Amino acid sequence: MLRRIVPILIVIVVVAGGAAAALAWRPAIDPVRRPAAASFDPALVKRGGELAAIGNCTTCHTAPGGRAFAGGLGVITPFGAIYSTNITPDEQTGIGAWSEDAFRRALRQGVDRAGRHLYPAFPYEHFTLVSDFDIKALYAFLMTREAVAATTPANKLPFPLTLRPLLAGWKLLFLRTGPYRIDGNQNTEWNSGAYLANGLAHCGACHTPRNALGAEGKDRAFAGGDAEGWTAYALDANSPAPMPWNAAALAFYLHNGWQRDHGVARGPMSEVTENLSTVPASDVQAIATYMASVAGSPPDRRRSKKTGNADDRMPGAAIYAAACATCHDAGRPPPYGGIDLALSTGPSGPNARNVSDVILWGLPAQDEQRRPIMPGFAGTLNDRQLADLLAYVRARFSDKPAWTDVDKDIREARAGGSRIYPAPSPPSAPALEEARQ
Amino acid sequence: MKLNVNGRDHDVDAEPDTPLLYVLRDHLELNGAKFGCGLGQCGACTVMVDDEAVFSCLAPILLLDGRRVTTVEGLGSADNPNPLQKAFIDEQAAQCGYCIAGMIMRAQALLKRNPSPSREEIRAALQPNLCRCGTHMRILRAVERAAGRRTAEVTGGAR
Repeated sequence: MLRRIVPILIVIVVVAGGAAAALAWRPAIDPVRRPAAASFDPALVKRGGELAAIGNCTTCHTAPGGRAFAGGLGVITPFGAIYSTNITPDEQTGIGAWSEDAFRRALRQGVDRAGRHLYPAFPYEHFTLVSDFDIKALYAFLMTREAVAATTPANKLPFPLTLRPLLAGWKLLFLRTGPYRIDGNQNTEWNSGAYLANGLAHCGACHTPRNALGAEGKDRAFAGGDAEGWTAYALDANSPAPMPWNAAALAFYLHNGWQRDHGVARGPMSEVTENLSTVPASDVQAIATYMASVAGSPPDRRRSKKTGNADDRMPGAAIYAAACATCHDAGRPPPYGGIDLALSTGPSGPNARNVSDVILWGLPAQDEQRRPIMPGFAGTLNDRQLADLLAYVRARFSDKPAWTDVDKDIREARAGGSRIYPAPSPPSAPALEEARQ
Repeated sequence: MKLNVNGRDHDVDAEPDTPLLYVLRDHLELNGAKFGCGLGQCGACTVMVDDEAVFSCLAPILLLDGRRVTTVEGLGSADNPNPLQKAFIDEQAAQCGYCIAGMIMRAQALLKRNPSPSREEIRAALQPNLCRCGTHMRILRAVERAAGRRTAEVTGGAR
């Protein structure tokens, strides 16, 4: 009996394997000579730069302290570390030998020039919406950057995730290609915002929860997720913001990195807002208009302001009064005074993670940015004192139940301290300094 | 309450919400740490609590029970400076000097956890501390000298 089954099994495995291989196989696209920078229209390059900022490309494709777009940042995922690639026009180690067709295929289908499937840490399920014109502009921008020779480190993934053909199966399940479809019931600005937010800006990559296979749950778009250890708050009707967002507040926040009735961007979001501060106001306004509609249209007043339920005998009360109130209760409007914590999203958020990060590591000053700063208290507060403070802040400034698992949030925030300083210093700065000496 | 400063226990008669800076200067007459902004934004008040740099203007003493406070006076004296203080003198890193005690304490905390920091690491660590005179380059060199990254020959001569 067994003798008869084994050959049949072998045939099945071979046929299935062959079918899978055929499904997974993608041809290489012939290398090209790097196009001359002068061959690109400067206006197209300029727009490409703005689109690259909207796409937040530099954040992942630049290693800390490394050259812009040269890759090498380890993106930490639940599956392991995936290193961003070099997207400077270096022909050997970057994308200098990529034609525009190869570049377009990478963005839309997650396949590199050589035909290898890319891991969805590169958010092609969003980039698949990007228009031909915008891809042309991005290509023109990247191809006119300085070529940097930098080999991408090997990913740190467990077997069998190292097998890229498996990604064809992932794409079959989760990648829906096709252009952005205009919603005729909405105006041009809304559609433009939806196109950017769901496409190049890939907001959902952090703000939408992911399933066990690391794919965004499309039916739970913007229901809140996480990013590099930070909590990415829900942006839909479940937004924990005490004061509902509207388009004007969102546009200010996205452009400036803070908003007086909501809080301050930090962690990965501060890189997003830093990039958005450089793009035309109309693009930011469009994204804000769309995202405000995702949040729904709640009444233009705060949902609740709770300041009465905290007990002054809580051990955190004295810490708050002595260490925090100087700024947060001073009544000076931000960016010169602390944010009103009854309005800040953090104390009303689903967990203590982001607030712990900010209390421990503060909000560092950023070059050329007029925005709130805050000193960190990592050396001042021990874990017990921080837990007491968090319990008090939660009780006094939100109408939500006490956080659970605060000790875990504190532990992780302490361990991940360096991530509060995400912005790589401008590449020219060290050279400038040496020259001055 | 009891406060351990520079290895000695002190009985301090102050309200628990009193900033450590006030206790150091007004009660213990340790005037190295300076009042700059009172908001943790300038670093002139920096001291070490256990082994970490802390803004003493924002550290109420109620948080410091059982912790070790070290001020610039605890590192060495004018006659007997510790290696970092000596490096600051050798590099003539002070101009008006108001920020220097804070700079030294933050740099001391850095050297405790990283005895041989790169220039970039020194810059990142000292970022919270301001110097209005502009002796930043000398301060960086002083920390490098204390870390043994810069010999007398390299730093010798006029700059």
